[in-house]
Amino acid sequence: MSAAWWAVIVTCAGCYALKLAGISAPRRLLDHPRVQRFAALVPVALLAALIAVQMFAHGQSLHLDWPRTAGLGAAVVALLLRAPFLVVLASAAVVTAALRWLVG
Amino acid sequence: MGIAVGLSGVAFGASAVTAGLSVAQACVLSLFAFTGASQFALAGVIAGGGNLLAGTAGALLLGARNSLYGLRMADVLGARGKARFLTAHGVIDETTAVALAQPDEESARRGFLVTFASLYLTWNLTTLLGAVGTSWVADPATLGLDVVGPATFLAILWPRLTGDGPEKGALRLVAGAGAAIALAVTPFTPPGVPVLVASVAVLAVTLRRPR
Repeated sequence: MSAAWWAVIVTCAGCYALKLAGISAPRRLLDHPRVQRFAALVPVALLAALIAVQMFAHGQSLHLDWPRTAGLGAAVVALLLRAPFLVVLASAAVVTAALRWLVG
Repeated sequence: MGIAVGLSGVAFGASAVTAGLSVAQACVLSLFAFTGASQFALAGVIAGGGNLLAGTAGALLLGARNSLYGLRMADVLGARGKARFLTAHGVIDETTAVALAQPDEESARRGFLVTFASLYLTWNLTTLLGAVGTSWVADPATLGLDVVGPATFLAILWPRLTGDGPEKGALRLVAGAGAAIALAVTPFTPPGVPVLVASVAVLAVTLRRPR
């Protein structure tokens, strides 16, 4: 079995185990301020890091892909205009694709 | 909400296949992991040619927020015994939001079940659709599909950064720091690791200063 399959299986099993652990754990854990801060902060750091890496990292080097950056810019504009989720994703993809087509 | 989830299902299927996962792998993730952000995270790391171990760890770190939802939902859902094993699978962002918005426990339980069932169906069908559709496209980058992953994360992150919560400033700082740390360590670590380093750094700050 390929390594990617193992990653998929471990992710599936782990994500389910995390859900089950939450619903089975003693409730007073939730009163713990550190648990609450973990819940609020870690996803934000993780998501921001993921965006940065997917946008500007290529393997171990940093580089700026203009069409992709402009696409994310379009998503920001759509979010500022309170556009629905679909419009946010579509405008990002359309701007990126259009710029690549124009340049390439 | 069904439409939004359906579309991000398509987006997940598309970015999973763009990342190099097979259609079957994308579908297995949607069926059994069933938590969008973690699935996107794994696909994202694989797309960057990343370390699978780091990708999996990142996905699980994101999945840990479902544990916290479960803590909050256990009483509301009243799931005990064997029913718990099925209920647990449905504890995600959207079902928690719907259940906690209901006025009483009876409608919370119903809201949870209806949301869980319809999202499960939608998410899996649209993942298949997105994955199969993308596997027919020769180069997904020409359609701009490589920006869909980051744009999805941004859309998830946005309300937290722009909301009126008391911690808005702290959240923005954490987001900025997370992105900066990840990029700063990129040249020195295997792909996939920077994202982990960034969140562990934040975790360290969290644990040192509980208030």
